Amino acid sequence: MRRAAILSGLSLFFVLGLLLAAPASAQEGEPTDDQVNAIAKQLYCPVCENIPLDVCPTQACVQWRETIRQMLADGRSEEEIRQHFVEQYGVRVLATPPASGLNWLVYVIPPLAFFGGAFILFRALRAWRHPAAAEAPAGTVNNDDPYVARLEEELRRRD
Amino acid sequence: MTTESGAGARGKPIRPRWGVIAIWVSLLGLLGVLGFGLMRSQQGPIGVGARVPDFSLTTFEGETIDLAGLRGNVVVINFWASWCKPCEQEAAELEQAWREYREQGVVFLGVNYVDTEPEALAYLERFGVTYPNGPDLGTRISQAFRMRGVPETYVVDGQGILAAVKIGPYESLAEIEAAVRQALGE
Repeated sequence: MRRAAILSGLSLFFVLGLLLAAPASAQEGEPTDDQVNAIAKQLYCPVCENIPLDVCPTQACVQWRETIRQMLADGRSEEEIRQHFVEQYGVRVLATPPASGLNWLVYVIPPLAFFGGAFILFRALRAWRHPAAAEAPAGTVNNDDPYVARLEEELRRRD
Repeated sequence: MTTESGAGARGKPIRPRWGVIAIWVSLLGLLGVLGFGLMRSQQGPIGVGARVPDFSLTTFEGETIDLAGLRGNVVVINFWASWCKPCEQEAAELEQAWREYREQGVVFLGVNYVDTEPEALAYLERFGVTYPNGPDLGTRISQAFRMRGVPETYVVDGQGILAAVKIGPYESLAEIEAAVRQALGE
């Protein structure tokens, strides 16, 4: 009786172990399309400009996605796979270029242009709202200027 | 009547507006960089009579071939890919031409463009290609040749000058032979 209980317990443990191990081994053996596409969308094939690899329909891109799938199945990390593609096909396959060489302009120019534009707009708006203050602030009129004096004299005479 | 105008007329010294100057210099520099990039992208492939850029090709078998080391030989450089249907049209003829001219020192090199190795090797086997072939690692060779697509074939004479270029597939063996003979000076 006691032996039967031990055997049943062991059998249950074995079955549970199998059930838990099965999905894990499937996950390790066959990467899903989502896993492949998560990496593929960070890459661009030089043949199909401006189409990310995850949605590119050409034969070359199908082969590249298969390479990603194979590398994932071999246990390679995302970074290793990206590095492999850079070594094979050049840095231009990356959706996000590294900030080196002239590439850094891509990261610097847009924020500079944005803040520069915002500053110019701010100054222009301020000038439109207070034209007199912006052009000739109070107290800065030079009364010694003979031209201004003559102009004021002419205006007084007209009144 | 003469009048003075501007800030100087009111006794203020005219200061150079460094911020504005810096913005204009930056904008002109940026336009220069963009213009240079645009010019390069519009240049098209290297032309007949131009010196061919040197490159190093590591074949699928691991052998390294330097173009500079092949001076004195006519070299036929064919860019191809396993996913390229038009490339299939000329693959067998290129192999045939190589067998025909190799005794005369003509070297054929296959540069495999943006491809995966298993498919590339299967392609070579399918068409019985035996002359040296290797991947264009980092697409450096195709960029040096300013290549637009595959197939493209460059026939280089013994002095390293481009003697003939074919954009697209060769139509026949006779067309390949004519290009090689031209490079040989026959």
